[in-house]
Amino acid sequence: MKKKIIAIAWLTAICLAGMSQPDAEEILKKVEKNMSSDNRVFESSMTIRGNRTSRTITSRSFSVGNKKSFTEYLSPAREQGTKMLKLENQLWIYSPSTDRTIQISGHMLRQSVMGSDLSYEDMMDDRKLTDVYDAKVSGDELIDGRKTYILDLVAKVTDAAYHSRKMWIDTERFVPLKEELFARSGQLLKRTTLSDVKQIEGRWFPSTVVYKDILKQGEGTEFRITTIKFNQKIPEYIFTKAALKQ
Amino acid sequence: MIKFLLKGLIRDKSRSRLPVIVVVLGVMLTVLMHAYIKGFMGEAIEMNARFSYGHVKVMTRAYAENMNQTPNDMALLDAGNVLSDLENRFPEMEWAQRIQFGGLIDAPDENGETKSQGPAFGIGLDLLSEKTVEPERLNLINSIVRGKMPEKQGEVLISELFSGKLKVNPGDRITLIGSTMNGSMAIHNFIVAGTLSFGNELLDRGAVIADIEDVRLALDMSGATGEIIGFFRSGFYDNESALESAARFNSINSADSGEYVPVMQSLSQQGSMGQYVNMSDYWVNYIAFVFIIAMSLVLWNAGLLGGLRRYGEIGIRLAMGEGKGHVYRTLIYESVMIGIAGSVIGTFFGLFFAWLIQKYGIDISGLMKGSSIMMPSVIRAQITPSVYFLGFIPGLVSTVIGTMLSGIGIYKRQTARLFKELEA
Repeated sequence: MKKKIIAIAWLTAICLAGMSQPDAEEILKKVEKNMSSDNRVFESSMTIRGNRTSRTITSRSFSVGNKKSFTEYLSPAREQGTKMLKLENQLWIYSPSTDRTIQISGHMLRQSVMGSDLSYEDMMDDRKLTDVYDAKVSGDELIDGRKTYILDLVAKVTDAAYHSRKMWIDTERFVPLKEELFARSGQLLKRTTLSDVKQIEGRWFPSTVVYKDILKQGEGTEFRITTIKFNQKIPEYIFTKAALKQ
Repeated sequence: MIKFLLKGLIRDKSRSRLPVIVVVLGVMLTVLMHAYIKGFMGEAIEMNARFSYGHVKVMTRAYAENMNQTPNDMALLDAGNVLSDLENRFPEMEWAQRIQFGGLIDAPDENGETKSQGPAFGIGLDLLSEKTVEPERLNLINSIVRGKMPEKQGEVLISELFSGKLKVNPGDRITLIGSTMNGSMAIHNFIVAGTLSFGNELLDRGAVIADIEDVRLALDMSGATGEIIGFFRSGFYDNESALESAARFNSINSADSGEYVPVMQSLSQQGSMGQYVNMSDYWVNYIAFVFIIAMSLVLWNAGLLGGLRRYGEIGIRLAMGEGKGHVYRTLIYESVMIGIAGSVIGTFFGLFFAWLIQKYGIDISGLMKGSSIMMPSVIRAQITPSVYFLGFIPGLVSTVIGTMLSGIGIYKRQTARLFKELEA
């Protein structure tokens, strides 16, 4: 009788453990619910900490889903007035000092955005994670006192920017707190840490992200969202090439 | 006696004409080949020095480690002070700041849209200051095909071939799309002042020459420079002096292991140039040595033949009572005269042809298509002091040694058998 009780308790524990570990795809959907929106307008500051200097660039951005975005750089003086427009898989940059609009394509997409640890290619990656990667939960870990699921993602399409990713997802708020991006060889390419998670308009959202390109010198790039508004009315002309020169 | 021998040589053409012609040809080829090889090797080194490596180059340690990528994010920040320091410490050298950069050149159409694009390799150098010698050093003024030299900020020179690819003409606007010192995207407009032909496949493919202040503006490098290059005032690369200067400069900061400490490298310490400098010295000497040996053998053989041809004459002279030693010495005196005459005439002709190649050059551009290293398209000889006496080694020494060896036979002749030999 005693043995039967132990066996039942053990089976129950296994079942409960299985139930408490949600499906990786479910986790990613919850993350996307927090991180994505129909549209958003935000102002941000990007502090690039190089080996020799540190620079802060501020900008104002408008985006609709993951397909359209428009960014205008506000400071410093050298970057002021530079604008960037992304429509689907095309990207243009407008330089006010030359009055030229240049389309960024090919190998130029691998260049750094304003000297940061982010590349234009990173900016262009607008597909849902569940469309690009097969995910599975591989464990859990505490990050800054918060329990996280560890998700291993492996690309299921050939044109993914990174072959695999590892994500640490807050188990309660469903926002990523850390991410590592790997090449096919297994080489770690980039590390991202997300913090200052706030509840904004009913969703949890990290307002500070530190990007570190492992292959680049320097201490990384801190991207801080100073103001953000979701689901705003954004005039359609913002997302046109003509808006770049205005 | 010398006068007597000289008259004999002049009157008996069979003793002088052919030997002198053989010596002249041998010496001429030796002189010409040495000057040609020296010119070819030396010109390639100087061309690389002028455009890229300098005779010595000062840059940060981090830049030096990745020099082939021209990492301007690791540039010398306080370039003015480093330059002043170098001018004080090394007055025997001329110093110049340079920024090498890469990027895309985008040529717009009348609506400002991209008309054509091409990858470019750029050099920022002092084009506009009053005392600059950089345009002269790179022979820019003589290389202009269309347009003119930049006269104000914002004007650049591009290679004629590149201008054809981009379909731009002097006066047209082009946009450089590159990377600033901080790694962000650099977009900067220039006006094409002129086009030039470098006579070098690598540069002609896509070179842009701009004033260094414009490049600083474009790449956000205020007060900085990628590299400071030094040239010996003699104008020629001296590997030993360059290595000594580099060691002297580097000893100043040897205790500082920081990656942005300025370091100096000689041309031979940069990239594959060391191999080329060594190869150049080695090949000049090796080829000259092989050629001198070959010519020596030919002239030695000529000396031997001359001695054998005069077998009968020597027999008669011995039969008439002339001493064997006297006959031997006169043969050597004659060969010395032939050697001197042939060497002088041969050196003269060799120098003349070398001078022609030095002045007009030989165009080998057809062979350089697709080259990835900087080699001159026109090969020129280089007349160095050594070629004035080099020809005398095969011309004089070999001829005399040949005669000395063949002349040993004189001592083996038996006087008792001379008449029998002569009857035969």
